[in-house]
Amino acid sequence: MSHVTGAPDANPLAQRLEGPAPVMEIAKDLVRRGLLVAPVAIVIGAAIWGTAGAASVAYGLVIVLANFLLAAALLSWAGRISFAAMGGAAMFGFLLRLGLIFLAVLIIKDQDWVEMLPLGLTLITMHLVLLFWEMRYVSATLAHPGLKPTPRLPIHHAADNEPQGAS
Amino acid sequence: MSIAAQVLAQLDGAETKAAAAAEGAGFAYGLAAIGPGIGIGYLVGQAVQAMARQPESAGQVQTTMFLGVAFTEALALIGFVVFILLKFA
Repeated sequence: MSHVTGAPDANPLAQRLEGPAPVMEIAKDLVRRGLLVAPVAIVIGAAIWGTAGAASVAYGLVIVLANFLLAAALLSWAGRISFAAMGGAAMFGFLLRLGLIFLAVLIIKDQDWVEMLPLGLTLITMHLVLLFWEMRYVSATLAHPGLKPTPRLPIHHAADNEPQGAS
Repeated sequence: MSIAAQVLAQLDGAETKAAAAAEGAGFAYGLAAIGPGIGIGYLVGQAVQAMARQPESAGQVQTTMFLGVAFTEALALIGFVVFILLKFA
């Protein structure tokens, strides 16, 4: 669980988060779900736009998942410096990531395996679908700031089944 | 007459159409990034303030902030997709 360090009576914005970052946990879970959805999305792209559609959908998915990972990595990295740095990373990270997405599309725009329509649709739909899907599994409570805890199966010890006084 | 107007006057129909498409694409991307920029700025400002006021809930607030930023960014992505469809498709 993450915790906060730093002198509380000093500048509160200079405090920082330590321990595992809940946003990285969420981003990794988003990527896991994205990889689960990927085959379905690629098959749909291939069915409508052919091979170029499948490749474009796959490329769009890579952009979306890399965007989530980069956003979470920036936030967790800056959160270990200070809250103020985290605010800066969130705002300038937005510009940085938009620029990187633009660059990623600019690089491949003239390739013959690229279809712009499935690429664009994938960018929007997968971003939103994954986020809404992830919302079902986010806890965001004091005890579990990241994902909801997975229910644990009861552990049966062999000693519990033995009659009392047997050992 | 401005330089842009002089250049436009020298273009034929297809070139004017291409120029207008490029101009529209640029406006679409630029304008679509303004709203999310304001939204993310407000969201992050409030989140950092919440963390500073209640440091024990910083992890929780960071999670909410991450999701809020991602949802807001979807608006900018829509503008970007309009841009690439107008410009590159």
